Amino acid sequence: MTSASVELTNIWKRFPGGVTANAGANLRVEPGTVHAVLGENGAGKTTLMNVLAGVYRPEEGTVSLDGVPQSFASPAAAIAAGVVMVHQEFRLIPSFTVTENVALGESPRLLVRNSLEQQVGDLAERFGLHTEPGKQVWQLSMGERQRVEILKALWRDARVLILDEPTAVLTPQEATELGRIVAAMAADGRSIIFISHKLDEVTEFCDEATVLRGGATVAASLPVAELDKSRLAELMVGEATEVSIRRTRTTDVGDPLLEIRDLSMRDVHGVVTVDDVSLSVAAGEIVGIAGVAGNGQRPLADAIAGLAPIESGSIAVRDLDITPASPQARVDAGLAYVPEDRLGVGLAPRLNVIENAILRSYKSLTKGPFIDADAAEQMCEVLVDDYNVKVGQLDAPMAGLSGGNLQRLLVGRELAGRPSVVVAAQPTRGLDVQGVAAIQDILVEQSRTGTGVLLISEDLDELLALSDRLLVMHEGRVVAEFDPDAVTRAQVGEAMAGAVE
Amino acid sequence: MNETTLIGLFVAVIEFGTLLYLAALGETIAEKSGVLNLGVEGMMAMGGVTAFWAGVETGNPWVGLLVAAVAGALVASVHGLVAVVLGGDQVVSGLALTILGLGLAAFLGEDLVQERARAKFGSLNLGPLNDIPWAGEILFDQTAVPWLALALGVATWFVFTRTRVGLILRAVGESAAAADSSGTSVVKTRMIAVMIGGALAGMSGAYLTLSLAPGWSEGTTAGRGWIALALVIFGAWKPGRVGLGALLFGGLLALEPRLQTFGVEISPILLSMLPYVLTVGVLVLLSVRSRNRPSVAPAAIGLAYRREER
Repeated sequence: MTSASVELTNIWKRFPGGVTANAGANLRVEPGTVHAVLGENGAGKTTLMNVLAGVYRPEEGTVSLDGVPQSFASPAAAIAAGVVMVHQEFRLIPSFTVTENVALGESPRLLVRNSLEQQVGDLAERFGLHTEPGKQVWQLSMGERQRVEILKALWRDARVLILDEPTAVLTPQEATELGRIVAAMAADGRSIIFISHKLDEVTEFCDEATVLRGGATVAASLPVAELDKSRLAELMVGEATEVSIRRTRTTDVGDPLLEIRDLSMRDVHGVVTVDDVSLSVAAGEIVGIAGVAGNGQRPLADAIAGLAPIESGSIAVRDLDITPASPQARVDAGLAYVPEDRLGVGLAPRLNVIENAILRSYKSLTKGPFIDADAAEQMCEVLVDDYNVKVGQLDAPMAGLSGGNLQRLLVGRELAGRPSVVVAAQPTRGLDVQGVAAIQDILVEQSRTGTGVLLISEDLDELLALSDRLLVMHEGRVVAEFDPDAVTRAQVGEAMAGAVE
Repeated sequence: MNETTLIGLFVAVIEFGTLLYLAALGETIAEKSGVLNLGVEGMMAMGGVTAFWAGVETGNPWVGLLVAAVAGALVASVHGLVAVVLGGDQVVSGLALTILGLGLAAFLGEDLVQERARAKFGSLNLGPLNDIPWAGEILFDQTAVPWLALALGVATWFVFTRTRVGLILRAVGESAAAADSSGTSVVKTRMIAVMIGGALAGMSGAYLTLSLAPGWSEGTTAGRGWIALALVIFGAWKPGRVGLGALLFGGLLALEPRLQTFGVEISPILLSMLPYVLTVGVLVLLSVRSRNRPSVAPAAIGLAYRREER
């Protein structure tokens, strides 16, 4: 048996804070093949690739290339050994030309522009990468920029290319073209590792697939040709884990409190992020939204909160059209928002606990032009008590609190205004077990008092346990609606992967 | 206004232009690598005082120029240590460098104030070229320093646009992360650029105390370091345009004391404001270009670089 081009054996990687991202992961990639690495968010795909690319050093396990054990001290060392990673955020210099960006890693001492451009053009031609070597990168589309990144890797004669969710920023046409480029590189004897959670692409572009779950490899080097999508989806999401708190579903739902009609959005590049979404949340109901990250959940949440412009459609809270309203007017209408980006959007890390606690309601605490400090402290103490936030000093900066306590304070602050509708985006992500349970309890409690809750999460167990109805988003659309009591994880997984029509 | 005063004016334009160009060229190199160094005035003063001292000691202006370059680079390395290696705030560190450089220069030069200049750059003697009417006196009756500045400018342009070193330097100034991921040492590149910048600012100071206004007194730099800083922006970080700007701003400096002789009724104070007004004008012009187009300023200027670690 010839040695594999890449072999990762029993990789363990833990991060400070106790998160174990890789727990005995394995990967074996044959030369000249396109190998998919599949898994849900948090399955450890990116960490494993960063280990291979020299960004992280694993605590345990070995990395070998062509049968030779390696120990990369830095990304530069990995590049020198022929492993190049194309990250999701491109590392290109907008004011440089394509050629300058490509040549940055390796260039002659004296640059002769025409001949360099010729060489870059020839290399691009060889792999069917359409690009204009003399153009500046800021003038290029996202697809063209990705081709420049790939060209950079080929310029350094990378033997192993890692593409981290390469189609996330591409149009369908560009994705098809990427498939051709990837095939051309594999035909040239290079190994391509294709990180994805889109099953269509995996079955279309890849030869073999390795599936990760919970930081470990659950299926290694499966020949893609012999697999169907539902089998892959099942492997990705796994069988039901331990039975978590199954709440009794709300049987008698009240009036619709949040109504979204035909909502469509585009991002700054003009790519459709939310595509004709309609949904409603009734009083006392928890509506879950499942989906792989980047399928429109975040823009949807931002649109409801009034933080992102929409293209068409309408949003109403208690029959009041808030489509054109400011974020403050939406709060006044009874909307509360627990944003995904806790410390960036939700809280001000350098302000102290009291200041953060009153950010929403400081207007009611004024004494002339000043804030009534005593009233503010009192309000903060009530919040800290009610939501069991463990704090040291109330006048210490917020940033010192743990993730769970930050979230308790944030959720508490948002709920203090007695909202009719709560939009919670990834409210338990990154929290420890206790923190997760606390936040889930708060949300369930809130729904019992007649509040409508829209819960956006990547944790399928959480969604299945809490939701009355479960919607699945894929590529900006709501593609399926399930009754959480009558659905399997595999069925939801298929819908998340876009395998349902 | 007669021929002699006019020729005198043009000679002064070249002289002041050279003074500004040396310092601005150095700052251009530093800023292209992503490091703003507001300490130009301080580095110039340190260059001026050490050059004058070395000139008095050795009687050789070239030794003075060399000493000034070394002194400027050393002072700049303080900024490099704080702002590049330790990742401190570039604005704060640069301002501190100006205050430090001016103070230290005044302290070191206390006993040099009465000293008579023993070393001065002499005019070039290029034989028949010096006899050409007008050009002979304006261009060739100069010292070698303006020609040196011109050569350094051309060299900088060549390095920026035609060499690997220049590509790396510009990349570091545009996106330290992109440069880092392609295997370049961001800190080393920036440190060298800052020190070259300091050396050129020091040489500018040397030209001041050994040629333009021989002698040393506190405050002799008179804010020219700040004009050089504005000049970098005015010249859009391009060595050639910065050179043309140096002649323009140098012209304004040369005009200032001559206005009355020419019988023009403008306050010299208004004239001394002009470089800054022009710079603001250029900034406005540059910013009304296409929105998507990246700014001409190095994108990473003022940003400390730390490799991201999880």
